[in-house]
Amino acid sequence: MMQGGAINRWLPWVVIGLLALFPMVESNFYMQLLTKVLIMAIFAMSLDLLVGYTGLVSFGHAAYFGLAGYALALMGPKYEAASLWWTLPGAMGICVAFALVTGLLVLRTRGIYFIMVTLAFAQMLYFVFHDTKLGGGSDGIYIYAKPTMNFGETVLVNLEKLDQFYWLVLFFTAGTYFLLRRILGSSFGRALMGIKVNEHRMRALGFPVFRYQLASFGLAGGLAGLAGYLAAVQFGFVNPEILSWHQSGAVLMMVILGGMGTLHGAVIGAFAFVLLQEVLSNQAWFGIAAKHWQLAMGILIMLVALYLPQGLAGLMTKFGRKPATEEAVDD
Amino acid sequence: MDLAFVLIQLLNGLQYGLLLFLVSSGLTLVFGIMGIINLAHGSFYMVGAYLAWSLASMTGNLATAILLAIPLTVVLGMGLERLLFRHLYSRDHLYQVLLTYGLILVFEELRSLIWGDDVHGVAVPALLNASIPLTENLSYPVYRLAISGVCLLLALALYFLIQKTRLGMMIRAGASNRDMVQSLGIDIKLIYTLVFALGVALAAFAGMINAPLSSVTPNMGSHVLIICFVVVVIGGIGSVKGAMAASLMIGLAETFGQVLVPEVAGMIVYVLMAIVLVWRPEGLFGRK
Amino acid sequence: MTEAILRTEGLTKRFGGLVAVSDVSLDLHVGEVHVVIGPNGAGKSTLTNLLSGDLPATSGRVMLDGRDIAGLSSDQISRMGVGRSYQKTNIFLPFTVFENARLAAQSRTPNALRVFSRAEQYEAINALAGVALESAGLAHRAQRVAATLSHGEQRQLEIAMCLATQPRVLLLDEPLAGMGPHESQRMVELIGKLRAEHAIMLIEHDMDAVFALANRLTVMVNGEVLETGSPEQVRSSPAVQAAYLGGEELLHE
Repeated sequence: MMQGGAINRWLPWVVIGLLALFPMVESNFYMQLLTKVLIMAIFAMSLDLLVGYTGLVSFGHAAYFGLAGYALALMGPKYEAASLWWTLPGAMGICVAFALVTGLLVLRTRGIYFIMVTLAFAQMLYFVFHDTKLGGGSDGIYIYAKPTMNFGETVLVNLEKLDQFYWLVLFFTAGTYFLLRRILGSSFGRALMGIKVNEHRMRALGFPVFRYQLASFGLAGGLAGLAGYLAAVQFGFVNPEILSWHQSGAVLMMVILGGMGTLHGAVIGAFAFVLLQEVLSNQAWFGIAAKHWQLAMGILIMLVALYLPQGLAGLMTKFGRKPATEEAVDD
Repeated sequence: MDLAFVLIQLLNGLQYGLLLFLVSSGLTLVFGIMGIINLAHGSFYMVGAYLAWSLASMTGNLATAILLAIPLTVVLGMGLERLLFRHLYSRDHLYQVLLTYGLILVFEELRSLIWGDDVHGVAVPALLNASIPLTENLSYPVYRLAISGVCLLLALALYFLIQKTRLGMMIRAGASNRDMVQSLGIDIKLIYTLVFALGVALAAFAGMINAPLSSVTPNMGSHVLIICFVVVVIGGIGSVKGAMAASLMIGLAETFGQVLVPEVAGMIVYVLMAIVLVWRPEGLFGRK
Repeated sequence: MTEAILRTEGLTKRFGGLVAVSDVSLDLHVGEVHVVIGPNGAGKSTLTNLLSGDLPATSGRVMLDGRDIAGLSSDQISRMGVGRSYQKTNIFLPFTVFENARLAAQSRTPNALRVFSRAEQYEAINALAGVALESAGLAHRAQRVAATLSHGEQRQLEIAMCLATQPRVLLLDEPLAGMGPHESQRMVELIGKLRAEHAIMLIEHDMDAVFALANRLTVMVNGEVLETGSPEQVRSSPAVQAAYLGGEELLHE
């Protein structure tokens, strides 16, 4: 156990250090791909907080991801760069607020109901952006200039530069990881895990379960917003597809593929999923089949659901490592 | 707005609602009896529509196409239950969601490979291709009335099946007490297969008969699925009665919404759902 | 006699046509063990669920310190000082024994500001959990995962969690169920000790334990109170003897 604890302490720093060095080695395509992986890792960790730690299977998590992207596109001036200093907290704040409002409703339900209702509310948002002129309809909105991050006249981070944007995203990914790790090790986090294991007993012990779940839901919404904001910056546009249910399904797949209930699992899952997507849709390798890469992805998802319920992290524990669910407990 | 116009919208709303019932009743039965959440249910609706389109263009006749397609969908349903869904009954909903999400992707891509990504139209059968004049310039298509009639008949048949037959009794008993049914020596596995196939066939049939009214499009399945989720949430999981009430409610609300307040029509069903969640989180006909 | 800390008046619970608990009035005092006995299906567990807020009552009142708590949620009632154990073991199986008790103790402290500091650094909470485990006789198992405990030990943990919430009223639903004789003896001693500072309602089938502990005895049949009073009164009640088929062996041991 001691050894596992020590590994838990230094391994994330080693990984972050190696990732930070990556732009020195490779500067274009793979760096952009890795940026995408890191953004998805934030997204997956935020969902893992709900699915893996609070026991809430949300199938509408893309709503908060997409909402933040739209918030950036709509809040900033049309052709000039917006300031990251207020658009990022603003976008995340909107997501937290929306998560709290929807949370008040969806948390009245459990089990299958919860899954359907989260999906339905996400889809509601999809139609808001798809059917109205608010967000440019199905075409979406271009973000012509990436947000600026200046201090007075000094440019702190130039988001137009791929490597600087990469480091910023890495900073946020690491920040999310350590923040969540901290929170999950706290009394609050323990209460969430208790709720996941035995909600009824938590209530009988005197925990106001609903409030804890709502707080978790709001936090997860805000962090999904962080990921969505960064994704919108990277892609340079938003359209309704970023909050479609395919996105919600994809992020759920990342969480389970990596191994839910472990933060590093969410990161591994995001990495594996994005990579798979790239490989399967690579025309140079698969030719005409690459066009139908979702077929292979669909089959793979079904196989994971049937044969790999604990994900890749679970696979590792099979080879003699300690149970991954204890990560946060003996942190 | 005159009476004839309101009448037309009313009929349209009812027709849409009845169609929704065909799709959602299977969904709610599978939820209620097997405890399975099936995201791929909308895909069956899509498969039905595409089958109707392709078989109709081969045979030149929608009725023949439907007659040919129904056995195919039943076989599809039984096959899927045996091969996939059977492994999910004891599993956490999370994995049911994941597996059926994967299944959607597979269905979408197979559809793309077999039938392509184009939008298609299906002709209304000649026999039913007429309109009943209501006023000088308003009339109502016979085909829509026919669909409503067929849906009503099916709803009645379903009610009869569940309430009055031995199979229905087993279905109801299976929903409340699985062990009891099994101890009576009833083959619960067979019942599950049949119920699942019934759900698939109903959804696909809805897609077939609706094909002449709305075009056959690639993502038609997911839209129907989400609306059916709303239906099940409002009606209460496992309640066929609730599915009927909620389907009609949503059919009418969406139809009138599109006429009266087109800007926010897409939102209405979700607002309805939110109200029900606040008022009765277990659904109108759901058990507490 | 002291003022009752918890009192029910005409408490009734219907499930559709079935009346599970009918017009039950009883009271609990600090320093007393009030034992409720009765055949299976008499409504004893339902009664516990009504008192703890797990189930809403159809009618009647539950007064805690003179305040009607019927209709409050189970977490609110728990925070007002009513602790309960469950007939079916209801613990956090994947967590360690200590974490089970620690979570229970944590529920008594406001949590809003504890999002960033480690859960284990609160000595007061750890101490509370430790004392509760010690009282329940589980201190030596603190680091075990709860799922690996024996059935009897899981029952002890159930009680320890209940104690860690520092309740004034204890509702114990068959705490001895499935325990060996040695463990049972321990539990009876523990409940006897807890009596001094708690008002205890005990549901139990084990008649040795019932008569070892009861200050007051209530017999329930078909959801109704058949007889209530001191153990001697109940023992000699003709109604109880008539109703209890084979009751002689139960009550005249």
